[in-house]
Amino acid sequence: MSPSQAAPSIDAQLRLERADFTLDVTLALPGRGITALFGPSGCGKTSCLRSLAGLDRAQGLVVVNGEVWQDDARGLWLPTHRRGLGYVFQEASLFPHLTVRGNIDYGLRRLPAARRAVALDQAVALLGIGALMERRPETLSGGERQRVAIARALAASPRVLLMDEPLAALDAQRKAEVMPYLEALQRGLDIPVIYVSHAQDEVARLAAHLVLLRAGRVEAAGPTADLLARLDLPLAHGDTAATVVAGTVLSHDATDQLTTVGFSGGQLQFASAGHRQPGQSLRLRVQARDVSLALALPQGSSILNAVAVRVTALQEDGPGQVMVALDASGTSLLARITLRSARTLELAPGRTLWAQVKGVAVLG
Amino acid sequence: MHLSAEDWTAIGLTLKLAGLTTALLLVLCTPLAWWLAHTRSRWRGPISAVVALPLVLPPTVLGFYLLVLMGPAGPLGALTQSMGLGTLPFTFAGLVVGSMAYSLPFAVQPLQRAFETLGARPLEVAATLGAGPVDRFFTIVLPLARPGFITAGILSFAHTVGEFGVVLMLGGNIPGVTRVVSVQIYDHVEALEYAQAHWLAGGMVAFSFTVLLALQWWQPERKSP
Repeated sequence: MSPSQAAPSIDAQLRLERADFTLDVTLALPGRGITALFGPSGCGKTSCLRSLAGLDRAQGLVVVNGEVWQDDARGLWLPTHRRGLGYVFQEASLFPHLTVRGNIDYGLRRLPAARRAVALDQAVALLGIGALMERRPETLSGGERQRVAIARALAASPRVLLMDEPLAALDAQRKAEVMPYLEALQRGLDIPVIYVSHAQDEVARLAAHLVLLRAGRVEAAGPTADLLARLDLPLAHGDTAATVVAGTVLSHDATDQLTTVGFSGGQLQFASAGHRQPGQSLRLRVQARDVSLALALPQGSSILNAVAVRVTALQEDGPGQVMVALDASGTSLLARITLRSARTLELAPGRTLWAQVKGVAVLG
Repeated sequence: MHLSAEDWTAIGLTLKLAGLTTALLLVLCTPLAWWLAHTRSRWRGPISAVVALPLVLPPTVLGFYLLVLMGPAGPLGALTQSMGLGTLPFTFAGLVVGSMAYSLPFAVQPLQRAFETLGARPLEVAATLGAGPVDRFFTIVLPLARPGFITAGILSFAHTVGEFGVVLMLGGNIPGVTRVVSVQIYDHVEALEYAQAHWLAGGMVAFSFTVLLALQWWQPERKSP
């Protein structure tokens, strides 16, 4: 499907004028993995996604893995139903007159046999909805509906899956129910996903690549781990600031239920009930408020993790607080500390010291 | 049974007229109702008003203008004559055209409401799943707007059956051609045949009541998406 010589990519230039706002973006996204479009409400995320799908008529260019969907310079425009994409809306939007099976079949039946890349059973199994197939949409819970909607989009073997805040309409419990399926999807299928979200934890957990939108324009784009740690961007501020550490499991101590993960800056240890195989790659989320700084390697501390770091930047962040950007031999970390501590430690770019990491969350 | 052969002819003619009118209205009003439900054009207001006119105009006014339009000197009459069809007044075809104008709002408005309730989302979903416009109409719009189609059909049919003024202005009183039940009742009363009038009038009451009762059953259920 994609040209073998070039790396798969999704390129778009979109311009859309609305009464209260103008979308004007140039996107160069990786053609595999999950890419998040992130930003506050009204920044143009959804318009951007709808324009990629052809649901809104923006002016410009859309090329997905070598296939031209839209090129206004050449008067070319494929209607949505010929783009071979999958779209998951914020509300599940299941067809109320069809059963779950009927919903999932809808896209599958319209797909030429030659293009079938995802089997119905595979989509059903991935989303864990085998038991729901004969049910009517109105009898499903919110989380189940959204899983059916995702399976329905997948069963059409899309070239790219576009998801517009698929978890936003769900409460925390339902969100936790659907999230693992999204992660399984990322691992199980080689379909690029563009994921619109305004929830930082979702983005950190799911997306390898990130596009920050602000007032209809691209503010920044790049690997999620890099953007999360940049002090000039809004992500690296406030109580929710966190970075992502990519590493490999080195060992798992069954007695203490302690997993040791190696990464570019050293090691991180954390308690974990599940057994993990050495060699397994793992992504960890480290919150800025869980990182403290010390001039010397701390002794006799209950905190297991100390990592040698270098200060790359610092910025005031709320009353009496400072956000410190750190480099641990190639991995970015953030530490949110008090203004007084920053002064006492004489923090400045280039200074080397120890970062103590109190806790991590395993992203998968 | 006190119905004469003429009464039965009138009943048959009425049902034929109402059936044909309803079928044509459903086909022609679907695109019009779709346009009214989705357009942002400034013509939406004026066209909605024109569609609703038969609700408030006296049927004689409607019939009068249709007669003028379809007569030998009218634009519609000129057109039908140039096509070799003659003129429509005092023919069954003319009655069908008149009935369609008369029952127009009863077909358009339920359809328009159904399309508005449907919204754009189910169609967008279907498009992302590879369904083209015609496919979407038959697999999504038709089943989801079915209660609207049924309401529009029942109301158009019943309203056409109850038509009197337009028929009289446009079709006169030709047995087997334009003499429908309402006109037949009028004739019976003119002739002081109250018993005959009673049978037909009572039948109309029973029919109308049944239709309205059926409509209650067909009201779309409130469903969550």
